[in-house]
Amino acid sequence: MNPLEGELKGLMTASLGGDEDAYRNILGRLSRYLRGYYKARLAQTARSAADVEDLVQETLLAVHVRRHTYDPEQPFTPWVYAIARYKLIDYLRRTRASVVNVPIDDVHEIAAHDGGAASESSLDLDQLLGQLQPKFRNAIRYVKLEGLSVAETAARSGISESAVKVNVHRGMKALYALIAKGRRS
Amino acid sequence: MKTDHLVKMMGTNLRAIDAHEPPRMILISAGLGALIALAMMMLFLGIRTDLSAPRTWIFLAVKYAFAGANIGVSLANLTRIARPGGERRVSVALGLVVFAVAFVVAIVSLAFAPASDWKAMIIGEYWLLCLACIPLNAIVPFAAIVWAMREFAPTNLRLAGAMAGRAAGGISACVYALHCTDDSLPFIAVWYGLTIVLCAVLGGIAGPRLLRW
Repeated sequence: MNPLEGELKGLMTASLGGDEDAYRNILGRLSRYLRGYYKARLAQTARSAADVEDLVQETLLAVHVRRHTYDPEQPFTPWVYAIARYKLIDYLRRTRASVVNVPIDDVHEIAAHDGGAASESSLDLDQLLGQLQPKFRNAIRYVKLEGLSVAETAARSGISESAVKVNVHRGMKALYALIAKGRRS
Repeated sequence: MKTDHLVKMMGTNLRAIDAHEPPRMILISAGLGALIALAMMMLFLGIRTDLSAPRTWIFLAVKYAFAGANIGVSLANLTRIARPGGERRVSVALGLVVFAVAFVVAIVSLAFAPASDWKAMIIGEYWLLCLACIPLNAIVPFAAIVWAMREFAPTNLRLAGAMAGRAAGGISACVYALHCTDDSLPFIAVWYGLTIVLCAVLGGIAGPRLLRW
């Protein structure tokens, strides 16, 4: 097996078990790979760096809200490549560029480029959160941004811990949907 | 927004996830869709009344074998297609063998019959009812399967839609078979085959719209 594949798969498996360090590690690496991949792929279309970064962030969020679709018995690289390619084709369709030659089998292409340092995307998190239902917005604010525990958030919001978990989960999905939908219209 | 900020946020209070769970939801929703389709058929058409004759059972078994194979192939494919990149792990051509076998069987049965019977064997009595009922009654199972698929992340939406349509068509054909009194192998190959293919084509057309994520 490709050593990179083994390493990424190990990180992803740990992430699915709830290991935050492993998850931030793999997301950080994926963001560099995705940046490199999208930069290389969009080089001809002369898009701005913010466009690349938007696509990187949308894809990272897609990975996050669909991470339950990763089957740990299968290799990781083809899974993440399929998502990256899907988001690239979606983007190319949206911008009416021609969708030529995005090979389905070039799974190692995903880690072929290091995209270097991040630039800012055009997405505004505060503005996006403002569009969510208050219960989702507050759950994400407390749990994901301020780092309060689920128990603390439950006490502060006066709802059960399981309701907080559901709100975080559905809130992240809604956030992803907002970004994906907003870029389609 | 900075990407590092997003990464930090996604990793905060990360929840463990049971990723081993197979796409069981797809099978459950297909089953629920089948029950509703069965109820609709009983309400509007009713079950055939000659269920005591052995000949009836033989043809019912053949109809179930054909429609059931379509359901089996498409649901098995869907559990793979539901995951990103899963389309690389299914063979569409292999799934089409079901239709090839049905047509070979139909042609063999025609070859053993006098040519004067061919028209009756192929056209049957209620071909129009079959043509209308199977696709119409596939709508609910199709919606149920699509609803379940939306929780996953298919990356080939046309194929996912087509397989959802094919599964729904197969389910609807199984339900219709309980009513259908056209007992001939060519009839099954042509009309059951055609309607299931129609469901798959319509599903493939609708897939990119319904399954985008």
